[in-house]
Amino acid sequence: MTLLEARDLHVEFTSRGRRARAVDGVNLTVGEGEIVALVGESGCGKTTLARTLLGLERPASGTVRYGGTPLAYSTRALKAYRREVQLVPQDPTGSLNPRHTVYEAVAEGPRIHGLRDERQRVASALSRAGLRPPERFFPLYPHELSGGQRQRVVIAGALALDPGVLVADEPVASLDASVRGEILALLLRLRAELGLSALVVTHDLGLAWNIADRVAVMYLGRIVESGPVEQVLGSPSHPYTQALLSVLPDSPAPVVLRGEPPDPTRVPGGCRFHPRCQVLAAGKAAEAGVDGRCRSQPLGILPAASGPQVACHFAEGSRTPA
Amino acid sequence: MSEATARRREGIARFWRDYRAQRAGLYGAAILVAAVLASLATPLVTDPSGLDVTRATGAKMAPPSLAFPLGTDESGRSILLMIMWGSRVSLLIGFLSALLSMVIGTVVGITAGHFRGWPSAVLMRVTDWFLVLPSLVLALVLAAILGGGTSTIVLAIGVTSWASTARLIRAQTLAVEARPYVERSRVLGAGHWHVMTRHVLPNVAPLVLANTTLTVASAIVTESTLAFLGADSGQASWGSMLRGSYDWGAVTSGAWWYVLPPGLCIVAVVLAFTLCGRALEAVLNPRLRGAA
Amino acid sequence: MTPSERQPETRVTAEAGTRPGRLLDLRDVAVTYRSTAGDVPAVRGISLDLAEGEALGVAGESGSGKSTLAMAVLRLLPRTARVGGEILLDGEDVLTMTWGRLRAVRWASASVVFQGAQHALNPVRRVGAQIAEPLLVHGLATPAEARSRVAELLEQVGLPGWRARSYPHELSGGQRQRVMIAMALACSPRLIIADEPTTALDVMIQAQVLTLIRSLIADRGIGLIMISHDLSVLAATCDRLAVMYAGRVVETGPSREVFAGARHPYGRALAEAFPTVGDFASRLAPRGLGGDPPDPMRLPGGCSFHPRCPVALPSCSWREVGLWPAGRTPGDAPPPDTVPSPHTAACVHVLPDPEAVPDPVTRPGTGAGPEADPEAGGADAAPAARPAKESA
Repeated sequence: MTLLEARDLHVEFTSRGRRARAVDGVNLTVGEGEIVALVGESGCGKTTLARTLLGLERPASGTVRYGGTPLAYSTRALKAYRREVQLVPQDPTGSLNPRHTVYEAVAEGPRIHGLRDERQRVASALSRAGLRPPERFFPLYPHELSGGQRQRVVIAGALALDPGVLVADEPVASLDASVRGEILALLLRLRAELGLSALVVTHDLGLAWNIADRVAVMYLGRIVESGPVEQVLGSPSHPYTQALLSVLPDSPAPVVLRGEPPDPTRVPGGCRFHPRCQVLAAGKAAEAGVDGRCRSQPLGILPAASGPQVACHFAEGSRTPA
Repeated sequence: MSEATARRREGIARFWRDYRAQRAGLYGAAILVAAVLASLATPLVTDPSGLDVTRATGAKMAPPSLAFPLGTDESGRSILLMIMWGSRVSLLIGFLSALLSMVIGTVVGITAGHFRGWPSAVLMRVTDWFLVLPSLVLALVLAAILGGGTSTIVLAIGVTSWASTARLIRAQTLAVEARPYVERSRVLGAGHWHVMTRHVLPNVAPLVLANTTLTVASAIVTESTLAFLGADSGQASWGSMLRGSYDWGAVTSGAWWYVLPPGLCIVAVVLAFTLCGRALEAVLNPRLRGAA
Repeated sequence: MTPSERQPETRVTAEAGTRPGRLLDLRDVAVTYRSTAGDVPAVRGISLDLAEGEALGVAGESGSGKSTLAMAVLRLLPRTARVGGEILLDGEDVLTMTWGRLRAVRWASASVVFQGAQHALNPVRRVGAQIAEPLLVHGLATPAEARSRVAELLEQVGLPGWRARSYPHELSGGQRQRVMIAMALACSPRLIIADEPTTALDVMIQAQVLTLIRSLIADRGIGLIMISHDLSVLAATCDRLAVMYAGRVVETGPSREVFAGARHPYGRALAEAFPTVGDFASRLAPRGLGGDPPDPMRLPGGCSFHPRCPVALPSCSWREVGLWPAGRTPGDAPPPDTVPSPHTAACVHVLPDPEAVPDPVTRPGTGAGPEADPEAGGADAAPAARPAKESA
């Protein structure tokens, strides 16, 4: 069953006097007990999408839905929404107020929402996040904890509200290599024990392979390919996904794309990836007779289905005759 | 959470250890404690009737003697007695107007920093207006319009001196609001009040404290200046004593005992507050801590 | 090769064979930071070497001492640091150089690419001027020559020459990192130390920068020391790897061998932390290591990794093993003196008989080492037996 959903979502900013289409039409769902990875380069709009799903940004158009109900942006509705959708931020050190103890940091959510049995809630959240015995951590300040422990405290803070979905923005990017696996294992265990769903935003395909059921690849404000992890990362259809996979340290034939990730204030016409597309540049699109469409015909927005999907003229063209 | 209390106490102990390392701050604190104790003890050890012109017992403009250790003024009142009672007025006005100034400045600063958009713009324009206005003139006008009295002087000083504090607090608020833990708090469901009181205020409080101490010093100077210019509270203060000495030509007639004591008192107390304020800043502001 | 029980637990020395053209030679380097709370040993006796045109990857977590080690090479550490041992750059000891000589060496022979390129560049100066600065300061070029050299350098790192006129904020993260590399190349150094050069970058940009670094080593014979916590990136870029834990090298050897078949449990954990996409063993099974990196002021006794070690033996809590040959089959490892770059690991499990507890006389601290085996006077001799060196 679908829990969290983005429906035809557009988010815009004004950047140096120009309109930036940070999220430019996205359909995405996170089902109950499902872990979805949203991958892409920095500047592709994945963090903006995550913030919009958390209700921190208001979409220009489209809706965020939880359990089928569209999110309203009144103070009361947002507060109720916070109990269901919680954040695991990128930088646990910055995300903890240095003047608050572990207890206060975890109790902050229950206090805001006026929940009862605060102490017991905090204790159980901490132990579920793997900090046992919880009482030992109550009086500690963030600077007395290691990076991994801080991330566990932040996760406990989210768990104290019994949310249905965690939105994790690069949850292990600022952690040490050996601690990384432990935090990812924790997300998997929370899913197994509490049925907690998660949307994990990352630039790291290995992380998606490690913990996600489904993956959505984002490029310049749109999802260009999505589907089950084994399928999308095992046999990618979109040239962009192929390129991302090819530059992983172990891969045999890296396709290093030229140029920097493009500018959301200047979205190219046609397929938005075409200026950097290696398939188009190599002439394979021309052989398939789709190069004209690549340059001029925009692609539709991918629907939020769980099966494999790709937004690419070449991939569609090569699939249809087969 | 007795353990948390213990840790708080430990924090206070750490603060005191750091503060003790600031030698100048210790001297300042010593002077302040002495001044405050003396002014508190004044009604217990002296008789205020000596301040009444009609009941003054000494000779006019007498130099220091055993009976009047600091001499007398033009009406034959004891300068020492006036200094002691004057310290009460000067310190009270200094503290109260600094408090008023800090409350206004902190509220305006946090509000302007927390709410972006038009409320912030309006508040900051008002602040700028107060900042560029010659505050001494404004205070004089205010004191003249509102009539005499301690509360008027407090109001006049407080209302004209909060603008720079507001700017400072706003800048610090913006810095705190940009921290990820404020965003995390929002995601947890926190409203404006929660963010402002639980995250912003505790983080700007050290700055407020250090700044208040400095503001007290300038408030005492402003009070003296106002009194010297004629806008006094009706009670003897160090500023009004300077005014009196000027009116009666104490300098030209060589009555140094009328000019120096109030002047030196002002300098000593203002210096003490400034030393304390700087020491507090050095201890509480982590960015200055390394440089100290 | 079977050592008698009375021998110190180390056979591999830094004098391993005759490696030609040795550019950098670290011999028993130790760095201790003095602080109010006491001495913090950040690097505890490390011996490594680097040949021209070779790339050495140093892997480890924050606090493992890897950045301290790199900074020590050019004496870039704060005043509170005490450095012991020898750091030979082209045979000359960096630690005993005069300041003038050191300044010349810093630019002409060796340079550093720092992590966080946005902070290492001056925001109010054009990048061209920043690249040209060392050339002009050292009188290596006239302003006109410097301009053309800057354009050349920018081309080499894949940026158009007109970018010299840009300010740092006009560049993207990857472009800034390339400017940093161009700056490091300006005086044609023979050694480059790159501290987490790609950590803040996206995969695609990271691939671009790594490709650039690889081609520079290959084309110019530059020696590279690359520091990262990402073993997979190091393995793809470097010829050899050294894995650091708590201020010591715990495993070293050819990249492929260390990455694919680490013998030290910590090396293994680091290798597994970054899974290979498509490897079904790691699918939905992230692997990590329990516990936290140790506090350098309170290092556990014995093997400093034992509290987190999944395969620790009871003896590990007091017994510390130095680097040992760790070929595929422990007993058959060729003598280290005959191969240029042996695979070694500092773990009891690479010993021929891990369970064989040595004679109590050789327990750490009793210092039975040197007289038992004269060869162990080499730089990597059992560290526990010779802690005195660090206070030198």
